[in-house]
Amino acid sequence: MSVAARRGGRFVRRLAHRLTGAPETDSAIWDTIQLARHQDRPYPLDYIARLFPDFEELRGDRLFGDDPAIVAGIGRGVDGPVAVIGHQKGRDTSERTYRNFGMPGPEGYRKAMRVMALADKMDLPVITLIDTPGAFPGAGAEERGQGGAIARSMQTMLRLRVPSIAAVIGEGSSGGALALGVADRVIMLENATYSVISPEGGSAILWRDATKARQAAAAFQPTSANCYRWGIADAVVPEPSGGAHRDHDEAARLLGAYLSRALRDLRALSAAERRRLRRDRYRRIGAYREVAAGDLTAMAAGRTDAASSNGGAGPS
Amino acid sequence: VSVTKRQITVSVDRLRRRRPTDVPAPRRLPADERSCPRCQSHYRAEEMRRNKRVCATCGHHFAVGARERIEQLAEGGAWQELWPELRASDPLQFVDLEPYPDRVERAERGGRTEALLVAELELRGHRCVAAVMDFSFLGGSMGAVVGEKLARACERCVDRGLPLVVVTASGGARMQEGVLALMQMAKTVVAFELMHDAELPVVVVLAHPTTGGVWASFASLGDVTYAEPGALIAFSGPRVIEQTTRERLPDDFGRAETQLAKGQVDDVVDRRELAGRIAKVLGILERPTGLAPPPAVTWAQARAERAASVAKGLPDQARRLVARVRRPEDEDEAP
Repeated sequence: MSVAARRGGRFVRRLAHRLTGAPETDSAIWDTIQLARHQDRPYPLDYIARLFPDFEELRGDRLFGDDPAIVAGIGRGVDGPVAVIGHQKGRDTSERTYRNFGMPGPEGYRKAMRVMALADKMDLPVITLIDTPGAFPGAGAEERGQGGAIARSMQTMLRLRVPSIAAVIGEGSSGGALALGVADRVIMLENATYSVISPEGGSAILWRDATKARQAAAAFQPTSANCYRWGIADAVVPEPSGGAHRDHDEAARLLGAYLSRALRDLRALSAAERRRLRRDRYRRIGAYREVAAGDLTAMAAGRTDAASSNGGAGPS
Repeated sequence: VSVTKRQITVSVDRLRRRRPTDVPAPRRLPADERSCPRCQSHYRAEEMRRNKRVCATCGHHFAVGARERIEQLAEGGAWQELWPELRASDPLQFVDLEPYPDRVERAERGGRTEALLVAELELRGHRCVAAVMDFSFLGGSMGAVVGEKLARACERCVDRGLPLVVVTASGGARMQEGVLALMQMAKTVVAFELMHDAELPVVVVLAHPTTGGVWASFASLGDVTYAEPGALIAFSGPRVIEQTTRERLPDDFGRAETQLAKGQVDDVVDRRELAGRIAKVLGILERPTGLAPPPAVTWAQARAERAASVAKGLPDQARRLVARVRRPEDEDEAP
């Protein structure tokens, strides 16, 4: 927040109010979800065109094929050369079909890993731009190892020696988003959302009814303000008034300003420090209770005789 | 638009429930007695336990609770549960069809405390830490407690130089903990990175079902990965895929045997042979006693030391290797 606050100028007061004020209403949350999915909202290629004008897209995973749902490549911005990887949704019907609505298969994540390896070799910071309803659910994707591709993409990001920044620019849903989201800094645009599953998916699973998306959204509370409070997002980057879709240039300028600042901060650390802090960042996430030792009744009741007689015999 | 005939499928359970009224209802099975859904063989509770919950006639694998699974792995030996005091909390004050704390309380009533049970035990003479999921606790879903317990399990392995055995059975991330549950995927990958740096083996056993965020994180990252017969292993379950893509999936979609053919697992292992197979792997990968790295030594240090000892008395090429291995950032890593 502090970084965004210093950089955002006139947008900051509104954003600060959002981050510190009362919890958002259910309808405000639903509005945010609509904004995050707005068809005119800038996608990775829109940001790339403005921030890294000489971007060279790299295609293919060198194993099976190319996945247009993820764009990846290298380019030079004001902070020097970088690698950029993002989910690309597509704006009209034909492009959406071509991009599979921004739902990657394993080829997409393997392409991302390949470009990350290049970045690591050539000492380029990795910037990921997250905007996906989730990884693609399809039989072919499963056969080619969708689960393993997502897991290994996270592993690859954890092992990077170069600085990494993940920015949720639209909707970030499920492991399909997190596969590109394990970074030194995780930021969200003001109207972006980040959630364990899309509201529609959550509605189908928890309410057993595909029409309860609004309730699901209200329950997941996936807004940037909440993610900032929970420590999922390190910063929230302001958007132009009315949302990023109103002014792509200004949205890119605000994002670029944050990226420059964060890259400078991250470059001050050594590779080993960055990796240690990156690991710590995720090691810490999660809220749980610890019941007192004398209050393990539920556990004791469930123990079989064999187990309880063995209980004290094991190593301490 | 062409209309294709869709096959009508009816669940066997539903057919059984809608038995005509003039037929006498079947004798209700006493608690714990089970009949095999595949071959109708009938087993008393005691038989089920002795058979490791595998049908002796057709080999159908029934679900196993976490405690019983640990006992199967320990084969009567001593084991100790670790961190049973960790319980779920409700950071989002989540309510779907019922409040999340009510769900947790109901699940805890069965005697389980969470969807993951961690224990230290001896598996056929190999001391190890076992992390076993329990599908009957909220679908084995991964929330903050599962992530924390798995992270602690790996840290304990590193502290003591022990291998890790993981048995998964999970629907994925726990929806009721929202994006915090999603982040547990990254947390478990971090935990497995510690095992990697400490050069300690991880054996993963995929039980029915292993899906969603669990399959897309630590369950995919074992050094050796076995699956139980018939286990569903997938990122997206068949129902989600059929709804999204309108594909008609074959019955063996995502099953352990299919995943073996597709190269996603090392073997499909019958539960009655599981302890033996894991013991064999641990025996091969185990470090000779006394040579286990002391807990404080990091992977990078160990690598540098090994390279240094190799390079002693060797020509320039090897010395250059040492210089390369000892990058400055590796030096920083010493705790």
